[in-house]
Amino acid sequence: MAIALTESAEPPAQAPEDLAPEISGRSPWALAGRRLRRNRIALAALVLFLLIVAASFAAPLYANDVAHVNPFVNNLNGTTVINGHRIPLLQQGGGVLKLGETPIGPTWDIGNYFLGADQNGRDVMARVLYGGRSSLEIGIGSAVICCVIATVLALIAGYFRGVIDAVLSRLMDVIWAFPVYLLAISIATALLTAPAGLSIGPLHLVASSLWLPTVIIAFIYLPYVYRPIRGNVLSVAEKEFVQAGIAQGASDLRLIFSDILPNVVSQVIVLLPLMIATTILTESALSFLSIGVQPPNASWGTIISDGQSLLYTRPWVSIAPGIMIVLTVLALNVFGDGVRDALDPRAKLRVEG
Amino acid sequence: MIPIPAISEMPKFRSGRVLRRAGAAALTALGLAAAGCSSNAAPSAGPSGSATAHAGGTYTILANAAPPGALDPAQNYTLQEWQLLIDTHDGLVQFKRVGGAAGTQIVPDLASAIPTPTDGGKTYLFHIRKGIKFSNGQVLKPSDFVTTFERQFTVPGPTSFYSGIVGASKCANASKTGQCDLSKGVVADDQNYTLTIHLTAPDPELLDQLALPFAYVVPSNTSMKVIKNTVPPGTGPYMWKSYDPNSQLVLVRNPYFHVWNAQAQPAGNPDKIVEKFGETVSDEVTAVENGQADEVYVGDTIPADRLSELNSPQFASQVHVNPLTADYYMALNTKLPPFNNLQARQAINYATDRSALVKAYGGPSLAVPTCQILPPNFPGYKPYCPYTAGSDHTKWTAPDLTKAKALVKASGTGGMKVVVNTDTPDKAFGEQLVADLNKIGYKASLVVLSSAIQYSFIQNSNNLKKWSVSFSDWYQDYPAASDFLNVLLGCGNIHPGSDASPNIAEFCNKNIQTQMDKAESLAVTNPTAANGIWQQVDHEVTNQAPWVDMFNPQQIDLLAKRVHGYQWNPQWYLLIDQLWLK
Repeated sequence: MAIALTESAEPPAQAPEDLAPEISGRSPWALAGRRLRRNRIALAALVLFLLIVAASFAAPLYANDVAHVNPFVNNLNGTTVINGHRIPLLQQGGGVLKLGETPIGPTWDIGNYFLGADQNGRDVMARVLYGGRSSLEIGIGSAVICCVIATVLALIAGYFRGVIDAVLSRLMDVIWAFPVYLLAISIATALLTAPAGLSIGPLHLVASSLWLPTVIIAFIYLPYVYRPIRGNVLSVAEKEFVQAGIAQGASDLRLIFSDILPNVVSQVIVLLPLMIATTILTESALSFLSIGVQPPNASWGTIISDGQSLLYTRPWVSIAPGIMIVLTVLALNVFGDGVRDALDPRAKLRVEG
Repeated sequence: MIPIPAISEMPKFRSGRVLRRAGAAALTALGLAAAGCSSNAAPSAGPSGSATAHAGGTYTILANAAPPGALDPAQNYTLQEWQLLIDTHDGLVQFKRVGGAAGTQIVPDLASAIPTPTDGGKTYLFHIRKGIKFSNGQVLKPSDFVTTFERQFTVPGPTSFYSGIVGASKCANASKTGQCDLSKGVVADDQNYTLTIHLTAPDPELLDQLALPFAYVVPSNTSMKVIKNTVPPGTGPYMWKSYDPNSQLVLVRNPYFHVWNAQAQPAGNPDKIVEKFGETVSDEVTAVENGQADEVYVGDTIPADRLSELNSPQFASQVHVNPLTADYYMALNTKLPPFNNLQARQAINYATDRSALVKAYGGPSLAVPTCQILPPNFPGYKPYCPYTAGSDHTKWTAPDLTKAKALVKASGTGGMKVVVNTDTPDKAFGEQLVADLNKIGYKASLVVLSSAIQYSFIQNSNNLKKWSVSFSDWYQDYPAASDFLNVLLGCGNIHPGSDASPNIAEFCNKNIQTQMDKAESLAVTNPTAANGIWQQVDHEVTNQAPWVDMFNPQQIDLLAKRVHGYQWNPQWYLLIDQLWLK
């Protein structure tokens, strides 16, 4: 059965005429891949994102073999050697009163507190890399979970319609009705501050588990993915090839997963990078408010929060994770736009948090 | 005796202060001078004269937020409001309104003298001063005190302070019924201006408790229900003019005030006291440095990265650092393994790196390591620290990991899982304890709860299985050793299933409790001897290690350049009304 990727199957307006015969012999996926490869900005964004992912997942390598630090253990009485002098990581204030303890600033020496130390004497660079791991794991994890669940629900609602569609759609409307951050903060406050964590049947998530913010963020964005996909499913379900399948006695499962799903999956793929960017931002916001990633884990949001009290004297503690968030979200958005242009050139889709 | 921690509930202090005793007496004398030569014509008239040589001006405090909860003096339990209530209201007695150690001394206020208790310490007869008026012009009568004490139960306030009064036990449901009859426990004679308080049992701390704002007199026609956004009239040198929790509060002079005992209630210096709400603390610091306001509210934590600029000689005269009679500690769960084992408790006490904790708080200028329960400058205090490296057991110098590891081995608790519980602002302390526990062979993890729920959570015995080590802190209610030792570690302060069970560690040692009971009864007749027993109790409890006592904090006050007359009172901290503006 043909994949009715009708919108993206059309050749792009700017395609040279002499390529037309070649295009007609390729699958819509190959065409999309070709368009994406031609979009150098999108590819550059992908490379940037992959570099950030690689650097973040190399955090243990950096901490153990380059910086030789444990970024999760307080090191308030620690020292380091700079310019041949051993100095404490936290330096007492001067003057008569000697108020306060200020951590060392960036040394710009890759193996020795490159971005300085935080208020607990921990290596900021190592924490930013580890923080990236948490932020990316939660961002990607929640976006994938959200897209998978929303797609399944949208397929069920759009195919069966009637009561099932009404119930599912109204449920999504209820979630949609809440401002997204308000809902996230409410759920996170209730669950993450509950000392016993979250228990759903046999599943038990302790407060410090990364799965807890992942599940919360996936939940709050369900309607944002569900609604456009359901609309598409409603449209695809009316196409002739689906009607033909029904006439031939194909089962519901076959129709949903073999006929309809392949025709809406491109939309999910377009949504995914944009959702990851959105969920990373949400995770950072929640962690900044201390209701996302819990210590001893770190995320970019928690590091910014930790650096808040050092903004005047050690701004890099907050700036470094801030830059990482900006670069990651920017890269994902640019890449997401590229994917959308490649798969669905006429779409006007945007994800708004 | 005090199941609801008072000042421990107020905003946490992250900074300290230097006690500027020099000149305090002279300044006090100036503050007390009944000169009546103020340039302000309106303020205070009266036989003793209420205006001082330095009277005048508007003193402006910047606070991040308004005092939480209702303003009702019977209920509000915050330093933020108490610092103002002492200037607008009076009790039978008062802590001496001076800086330094003398500030913990009880002096008569609306009572003309401190009575000697009779009936074995159960009856106190107060003679009330005549000719005193509330700020609304109403004449003060002894019967006003009866209403004041009854309101404690109908509003309600933290009733345990006054639950020893005869008849109080029948007022248990007064907050629901709105009715409380203390006529047999607080007997007023409006003819002879006397007030007699009858107790069910002797209470050596009654006078301290009468000096707290809960017992400050309000007119007898005041509503018996909680008053949220206004304050009933008082008898002090100032009165509440306006209050908007989103904007500011204003105190102006009480036209009916005159000085009757300058030690208890001197005339104030500023004509007007304004407290503005809503700035970030960093903005408050900038405003005070620039002379746009006079004080960063003492409960607002000055951000760590603004502290270094305060070390500059430019601000040297504006910054004051003073020791607080407070403890920052980690309670150990004495009911469950591993810390139901004395050796395990002692092991973590030896292993804790208190210098790291001090650094996390802001450094040695803002906190002093300690091992014992009682804070310095407190009745019964004698320096004692058995959990330190080296042979000097009067102060902490360094952790002793060798001894700690040996104790863990001997206790057979090595390798056990340990959960450290802390709140969000004090995350760093929890992280440090986790590191210290892991160093000596435990498998420690951290749970960080919102500060809004953490304190209730760790007090409730139903949650004992969910933590092994819990962060907490305690600021004195009043200067009495029992306020730390008995309240926080007495057998009578374990209330199963309650969120108000201040003996968090659930530590109960019968022998030590007997000594505490003995000290409390002896305090009625011989406070000095009682303090000797408290000293012994402090050291014995420290040996039993129900806590890891971390440090005693210090407080920073930042004032504008034009502010003079700074005095630090151990009970009330900065004495706002005694400051003057140049």
